[in-house]
Parts: sequence; structure tokens; C-alpha cells
Amino acid sequence: MSPLLLVLAWQAASTLGLLSPRTLASPLQILLTGWGLLASGELPWHLAVSLGRVAAGLLIGLSVGAGLALIAGLSRLGEDVVDAPVQMLRTLPFLALVPLFILWFGIGETPKIALVALGTAFPIYLNLFAGIRGVEPKLAEMGRVFGLDRRGLLRHVVLPGALPSALVGLRYSLGVAWLSLVVAEQVNASAGIGYLINDARDFLRTDVIMVGLVLYALLGLLADGLVRVLECRLLAWRPAFVRS
Amino acid sequence: MDANLHLDAPGRNGTAHVRHLTRRFGPADARPVLDALDLDIQPGEFVALLGASGSGKTTLLRTLAGLDPVPEDAVVALPRPVAVAFQQPLLLPWKSVWRNVALGLPEDARGDARARAEAALAEVGLSHRLDAWPATLSGGEAQRVALARALVREPGLLLLDEPFAALDALTRLRMHALVLDLWARHRPATLLVTHDVDEAVALADRVLVLAGGRIVLDLPNDAARPRRRDTASFAAMRDRLLDRLGVREHAA
Ligand SMILES: Nc1ncnc2c1ncn2[C@@H]1O[C@H](COP(=O)(O)OP(=O)(O)O)[C@@H](O)[C@H]1O
Ligand SMILES: [Mg+2]
Repeated sequence: MSPLLLVLAWQAASTLGLLSPRTLASPLQILLTGWGLLASGELPWHLAVSLGRVAAGLLIGLSVGAGLALIAGLSRLGEDVVDAPVQMLRTLPFLALVPLFILWFGIGETPKIALVALGTAFPIYLNLFAGIRGVEPKLAEMGRVFGLDRRGLLRHVVLPGALPSALVGLRYSLGVAWLSLVVAEQVNASAGIGYLINDARDFLRTDVIMVGLVLYALLGLLADGLVRVLECRLLAWRPAFVRS
Repeated sequence: MDANLHLDAPGRNGTAHVRHLTRRFGPADARPVLDALDLDIQPGEFVALLGASGSGKTTLLRTLAGLDPVPEDAVVALPRPVAVAFQQPLLLPWKSVWRNVALGLPEDARGDARARAEAALAEVGLSHRLDAWPATLSGGEAQRVALARALVREPGLLLLDEPFAALDALTRLRMHALVLDLWARHRPATLLVTHDVDEAVALADRVLVLAGGRIVLDLPNDAARPRRRDTASFAAMRDRLLDRLGVREHAA
């Protein structure tokens, strides 16, 4: 069944009273509510707050994750110091840290941003580290023969070689960022899409909840699209892109 | 590195000069891969090095290329810069063809990189692929880019480690002609490692055989180039080399 047919059936069920608005609002109602929230400026405000949290968390998480991956990837000592602890922490479902984060950081913006940062640091770390270690050693030897020093090797060989992996990591990190945001915003938020959804739950407004969910989905799609554009531009040299 | 600095100067008259080079892998009493090897290459001389698989050809080349350290008691003095073309082209896939060639330029010559890379690529007949990605090149084209990258350095010593081994027979013959042409024009001292006896006889001024860690045969060849492969002298030289390599062509 095509999605459009599904929406039509859904609308029909709502109109005929088979589907109570307390269970699920009709598509038309969701559209209207969405439009109303948009026009009143409420939706843009909550969206801006959520985006701000994701952006701040991502900035911190990606910097820390990429920084640690460079340290661990580029030196044996760095690997010994950094990799083992990170691999251990990785096995912990980081969302389980929410209670601890609330104790540490209170219930303001800090624990929300910290959760996003923590969640996003792992994928970029793991993929960039693997990418650096996976660079063809013969290419590095070739670079040395042609006179590249450590910095030159890093710039011309190691980092470009690790880029495909890093972008895979970025894609995972973005996915985790939204997931962390959803969880973080369940905790005592007074603004943001999560707050919008929680607030709507208390008033049995399934239409508002659905608007929030659709928004989450759209943001996820947008993030994926952004990485895709980045890949097309930065990895144009890859055989897969070259041939298409 | 510093300890060997005094050995780094080119040999007298720009001769490539190797003395007493010993190299072993594993325990100190393991049979050495290179056993007190001596080798000289005159400026502008084209030398081919033959040897069975595992005889240490690549090991020697790696030391000359500076990839492996020179042992304390050995002397390795080479005309610089040294340039290498390996069996695989080893192009950086994320750099366009001309940028790969520009990578070969010495640090002080990176100013007019594009122009010099273009000139080198024109010499190997790839002017039309300047901005192509390496992934779009054929095996022969990629190897020609690797040659251009080596030549753009204006090397004093050109090291070629079986650069044609992975190519089809027809492409290999074309590459032979190209390499001779480039060598005649730039005249670097050249050491071509190969296991193809015909290739060695067709190209080199001097053919060496490496066995037991040493040069065991050193045959000069002053026949004019290009060399026909169906002459008696060509066959005679091929037979001597095959004989020394332990391959008998004429069964008793
Ligand atoms: N890094 C290494 N570690 C241990 N053994 C090596 C190493 N490099 C080469 N060898 C050994 O040295 C011998 C000579 O190798 P190589 O120089 O590659 O031979 P060729 O290029 O003539 O085929 C071989 O037996 C090989 O197994
Ligand atoms: Mg070899």
C-alpha cells in the first residue's frame, strides 16, 4: 500500500469516528495544528532551541571525538592512553547516564548539551580512528620517498585517506545527536521540540505530538542529506562517485 | 639518521656507491638477505638488476630509497634526489593526476608546480588527463603518471621496482620504449629491478644478477638501442643470464 493511500485511509477513519482524536489526530488536523504553531511563532522558537542544543552538543562531541581519534590514531602512546578507556566507555549505553548527568549538571541546558556531546563523540572517534589506521601503508611509504615529512604525510596522505571513514562517523554522530536530544528533552525542559511534545501529552493533544514527531523526522532527513552533499563534494575522487 | 649523514654525500663524480651492505631479517644469525653487497652505478648509466623471487631485490631498493635504515658499517652514497617508481603506481586517489605528479617536486620547486607537472605529463603522453582522478586511469596510464611523478624531480638516481610487471604484454612493450626515451632525454642513473630477462637485455647498459645476497654476475651490453630481440647476441646474453639464474633453456 502506498503511503498516500495509508494517509487517506487514516483520514477516512478519523472522519468516520473510527479513530478517536485522543488516540491519534487526523492528518488534516495535524496539518492545521502545524500551520497554527508555525504562524504563531511557537514552532520556530522551539525548533530554534532544539537546534541550538544539537549544534552545541555536536560541536563539543565532534571536536572531542575527532581530537581523541587523532591522538590515538597518530601515536602508539596515544592509542595506549586513549583507546582502551574509550572502548570501555563505549559499551555503556550512554543514555543510561541521564540520572547521573542531572545530579552533576542540574536540570538546565548543560545536561542536555552534555548528553548530545557524549553520544556524538563515540561514532566520530571510532570511525576516524579506524580510518587513520586503515590508510594504505604503502601510500605513506611513497610519500616518504618523495620527501614528505610528518606534517606533509598527515595533510596529503593520512587525513584525506581517513576522510571517507570520518564522514561515515559524522553520519552516525548526527543520528545519535537527534536520539540524544529526544531523550534529553524529556527531562524538565521548558522549551524545545521535546518540551512541546511533553506538554501536549499532558493535554492529550495527539495532533501537537504528531507535529513534533514529524519535525524530528524531517530534521533527521535534513541531516542525512547534508552529509550526502558533503560526501559528494569531498569524495568526488572515489570510484563509486567517479563512475556514476 | 644523523650518524649516517657523512655517508649521504654523493659518491665521487656523482656515482651511486654502495659498499658492504648487509641486511637480515629476524635473529642475528639468520642468513642475510643482502650479504656485504657492493654496487656502483655511473652517472647516466642504465642498470638492470635480475634475481629470483625473494633474492632481495626489493630489500636493496628500499635501502637505496631511504625507506630502510643504512646499517652502521655500510656505505651508501647516492646522487640526489632519488626518485622511485614501484610495481603498483601508488597514486593518491584523492588527488588529481597533475597534483599527484606535483607531489614528486622537491620542496623548493613547488612554486610553479602546475606548469612543471604539466610538462612531465606531456612527456609521458598524458596531457589530456591532467585533471582526471586516478581511479579513472588504466593500469598503463597510472604507471605513466607514476613515471612522470618520478621524473619531475629531475632525479640523480631513478629506482624502478618491477614497474611493468603488472601490465599486459603490449602495454609493457610500449612502456619499455617510453622509459628508454625518457632516460635518454633526462639521463638519470637508473636501476631497474626486474625478473624479466628479455626486458633487462633490451633496456640496460649493464645487467646484474643478484643471488645469495650479492651481485654474482655483471654483464655489460653496449648494443645500440632500440634492440632487436631476435639477434644472436641478444639470445647469447639471455642464455647466460638464464643460466646464472638457474633456468636451463636448452635441455640436454
Ligand atoms: N620486512 C621484512 N621482514 C621479514 N622478512 C622480509 C622483510 N622484507 C623482506 N623479507 C624477506 O627477505 C627476502 C627478500 O625479499 P625481497 O627483497 O622482497 O625479494 P625480491 O624483491 O627479490 O622478490 C624474502 O625472503 C623476504 O621474505
Ligand atoms: Mg620485489
